[in-house]
This record gives sequence, structure tokens and C-alpha cells, in this order.
Amino acid sequence: MTAAAANARAQIARRNKVRQFVTPEGVDLELRIASAGLRLGALVIDVCLIQLILVGFTLLMIWALGASESSIAISIWMLGAFLLRTFWFIGFELGQRAATPGKRLVGIRVVARDGGRLTADAVVARNLIRELEIFLPLTFMGFSAAEDTASWWTMLAGFVWSLTLSLFLLFNRDRMRMGDLIAGTWVVMAERVRLDRDIAASAEAVAGALTFSDAELAVYGIFELQELERVIRAGDARTMREVADTIRAKIGRPVAEEDDVFLLSYYRQLKARLERKLLFGKRREDKYASD
Amino acid sequence: MIGSAPPIAIETPAFSTGRFRAEREADWIAFDALLTRLEKKGAKALSSDELLQLPLLYRATLSSLSIARATSLDKALLEHLEALSIRGYFLIYGVRQSRLDRMKRFFLHDWPAAVRSVWKETVVIALILLLGTLTSWSLVSHNPEWYYNFVPEELAGGRDPRATAEFLRGTIGHGKAAGEQEGALHMFATYLFTHNSQVSIMSFALGFAFGVPTMMLEYYQGISLGAMLAVFTSKGLGVEFGGWLFIHGTTELFAAALSGAAGLRIGAAVVFPGARARLQAAADAGRTAGKVMVGVIIMLLVAGLLEGFGRQLIADTLLRYAIGTLMLLFWLGYYYLPRRGGA
Repeated sequence: MTAAAANARAQIARRNKVRQFVTPEGVDLELRIASAGLRLGALVIDVCLIQLILVGFTLLMIWALGASESSIAISIWMLGAFLLRTFWFIGFELGQRAATPGKRLVGIRVVARDGGRLTADAVVARNLIRELEIFLPLTFMGFSAAEDTASWWTMLAGFVWSLTLSLFLLFNRDRMRMGDLIAGTWVVMAERVRLDRDIAASAEAVAGALTFSDAELAVYGIFELQELERVIRAGDARTMREVADTIRAKIGRPVAEEDDVFLLSYYRQLKARLERKLLFGKRREDKYASD
Repeated sequence: MIGSAPPIAIETPAFSTGRFRAEREADWIAFDALLTRLEKKGAKALSSDELLQLPLLYRATLSSLSIARATSLDKALLEHLEALSIRGYFLIYGVRQSRLDRMKRFFLHDWPAAVRSVWKETVVIALILLLGTLTSWSLVSHNPEWYYNFVPEELAGGRDPRATAEFLRGTIGHGKAAGEQEGALHMFATYLFTHNSQVSIMSFALGFAFGVPTMMLEYYQGISLGAMLAVFTSKGLGVEFGGWLFIHGTTELFAAALSGAAGLRIGAAVVFPGARARLQAAADAGRTAGKVMVGVIIMLLVAGLLEGFGRQLIADTLLRYAIGTLMLLFWLGYYYLPRRGGA
């Protein structure tokens, strides 16, 4: 039963990431907390974009400086760099999608923890704290590079201390930064999912002949059904061959038809069977659960 | 829906997820298209008919999600409906005011109200600043050697107890040294603004560590101020130095105190959450502090302008005092004068 235990553990892990978020209409949106890896990815993308813009801006200002011989370009540069660094995150997160370009790319967004509107002050608070989280460790590193070895250990201690602030999000279940904690926000998944075709419906046209007995369908649960759905949608011939052979071996059927025809009709009938049971209030999570 | 269906043969079930999808799919696609346009171009891109459609389609999608969760095992469908509902929810319940309205509200109400609500912290931070100033002032007045402990050599720029009164007078804009670098004033002002803003953001951000680093930072600011003050008074330049400091100092030190107060508010909320949960208290304090901090950055912009331009161009001590006092009165009035409509 180790496979069953692992399966159950994975399900609990998935459920631990889901937060209740009930709309006024009474539907739970089941928001999923974004993982630390995605957060880091978004940050890296944003920092790269800021640097790129900064380089472009600097070149423009150098050109302006050469052209106009006036030092006003330097002030504009200083002001621009400051505004870019401070308001990049704030500006984008105040927008409709509450996400910086980096966050949009990895499919996450900021929401208010209490389910209300994401207010400007919350966005400001969570992003000003970022200054501390990123720059404090950097400052300590800078110091340790500049100072002599006598104070090296204090610098290391300072660095580690500041790192615990920066890595705060690893130590709580909701993956909140210090800034999220103080602003009352979460960062959650918000990818766009395309509406894919209904493969159960198209299966009716392809293969009506192939029928499976109830015993043959009773070997799998919802988890396996949805894995099968993923395989069919991906449509990779080698994977389909492997999966089809596994199912055939399990239910004891000879190789008699094309893999895709076999898989599609098996999928359709398994889905119909499990959905019928669902209507009667019986949800069989995976093949280890009782039928 | 099921009740109104005509009697059908036993083999075909009255409800199938395929039929459910075929019936509702058009709504989801229409909702998706509306949302995409709303995200890209804002509410202006939609006609009034479409705006009226929006909540209907949103509710239809949510109801589809509920039904699909209870009946369908099609993962792609479920995930699409979930993502669509989340997108729709945040767009429809997200923004209720235009940006201009929000700005107006911030300047007329939110900003002063937030500053008013941290008045206790502001008093504490102001006292700490004063304490730091007095400490170093009394130490340096009695023994000038202390000065070198408080102000780093490179920051002092020659303004230390060894300097002559004539040199010191020059550094605060009286005499020959003044007026030389007028061309670079805007650069100086910008530098001061960005530097001070960063220090203030730090002082705010450090607040959540129970406010202790914030208080230390403010105390340290007071220390260097007091040390300078002592040097100038010992040379009989106290009044002039005061004017040099006062013109922008009232705004800048006020902003520094407010940023410290914002940090302290968060620290205090974490340590003493009162009847609320600690997380809730921190979130409430963070929102107030966030408003204060936007104000602080605006104040520092004003201070940078006063320091960079005003102080270098206006050499008359009395006028400097007058401008400084005027700014102080303006801020005090803006923040603390009781007004109608606020609550």
C-alpha cells in the first residue's frame, strides 16, 4: 500500500495549498497559494526587466547629456531610476490584474487575504517592505566585502539574520513574505486556462462499437481517469501506447484495435461510470479507494 | 431543467455532462471574450449592453462551476471554469473607483487621516529624535572630542570642531563659498530626495522587528544632528545654522518622524495586537502605515526641493526661518486640523 499512501500524501499536499475564498454568490473559488519557486521566478523576471529598462534609460540619458551639455539629464536619470525601482511593483500591482509582468508570465497575482478589494495602501505596504527584504542582505554582503576580517563574523551574523527575513515565506504555510504579512495579502495562482475540446463527446463519433464490462471499468478511480484525460489531450503516440498496454494488461484484453480508439472509448465509458456514481454521491478518488 | 425535459428512454440519462457543456459553453466563451477586452482596454471599451451582460455572464459561469464540480470529472473543463471564475470575480469586485477619485480621496482624506491616527507613535519618535539630539549636543559641547565618534569623517566634510568660524559660515551659505555650484542645484536636490526616501523606507520597513531598529535609526539621526549643532553653537553660529537647517528641516524631520512612526505602528501592532488576531493587527497597521509612507515620500520630495533650491538660493537667515515655520504650520494644519466628513 505504499503507492496508495504516496497518492494520499500527494492529495493532502495539494489540498494544503488550497484556501477557501467564498464569493458573495456563495461559491468557493478555492484559490491556490503560489509556490515559492514561482514567486522567485516572477521576481527574477521583474528584476531583469527593470535592469533592461534601466540600461536603455541610462543610454538615452547619456545621449541626452552629450547632446544638450546640461547636467539636468543626470537629475532626470537619478529620479527615473528611483521611481522605476520603487514604483515598478506598486504601479503594476495597482492595475486590473494585480500582477507585475513577471507575475503575469508565471500566472500568479496578488489578492487581499480577507476577500475584499486589494487596496492601494496594501500594495504600497507590501512593496516597500521588499526594499528591506532584498537590500538588507545585499547591504550586509557589501559591508563584509568592504570591511576587514575582524568584523567578518558580525557581518555574517547580520547577513544570516537578514536572510531569515527575506526567506520568511519559506517558513509559513501561506507562503507570505514579510510584506504580505503586513499588507494582509496572498499571492495566488491565476493562470489562464484555455477551454479545451470535449474529448468525451468527440469519442462518441469515433468509436461506438467498443464496449467494456462493468468489471473492466471498475479497476480505476477519478485520479486515473484524469491522468488518462491528460495523456489523450497531449496526444503523444508513445505515451499512449504505454498507457494503452498497461490498461490492457490490467483488464486482460488482447491488443485488437488502435491505441487512440481504445483509450478514447475506455475513457468515455470510465468517465460515464464515475460520473453516474458521482451523481449518486459516491466519489471514488483513486483506484485504491473502495468501489 | 430536468423536470421540464420530455420523457426519454432509459438508456440515455436525462442529465449528461456532455449536454451540460453544450448548453452552457456559449456563455463561458462570451464571458471570456468580455473579460479579455475589459482587461486590455478598461470599462470604456464595453458598450452599456455589454456592461449589463457582464454580471449575468459572471453569475452563469459561477453556477456552471458549482454544477461542474458536483457532476463533471473533465479536468480541463473544471480548470477552465475555475480560472475563468477567479478572473471574473477579481475584475467585477475589484475596482469600484476611478483612479482620479482614488487620488482625490487620498489627498483629501486618507493621507491626513492615516497620519492623524499614528500621532502617538509620531510623538514617541519625535521624543527619541530630540533625545538623540540632546545627548550628542551636551556631550560634544562639554568635550569636542566626542564629535568624531558621532559623525564619520567623510560625511562631515570638514565641518568639525577644528574648523574655523569663517569656514563653517561658508558651509551654510553665508560668504564666499556659497553660490558657486548653483548650476548643479537640481542634481543636489534629486540626490537628497532619493537618498532620504530610501532611508525613510528602511526606517519604516525595519519597524516590524518590534520597532526596535526603527527607534535606533531615529536616535542615530538625532545624534548626528545634535553633534553638528554643538559644533556650530560653539563658534557662535547657532542661529545661522538653525536657519540653514530649518528651511527644509521642518519638512524633512517631520517626514523622518512619520516614517519612523509608521514603522513603530507595525511593530507595536505585532507586539500588542489587542483583541484582534496578531496577523489581523499586523495587516491593519500595515495598511495605515502604507498610506503614511506614500505621504512621507511626497514630503521628502518637497524637502529635497527646499533643500536643493530654496536653501542654496535664499541666504537670509530670517527668511529661512520664515519659510521653515510656514512649512511646519502647513503640515500641522493639513494633518491635524479637524475637518468635516472625516471619521
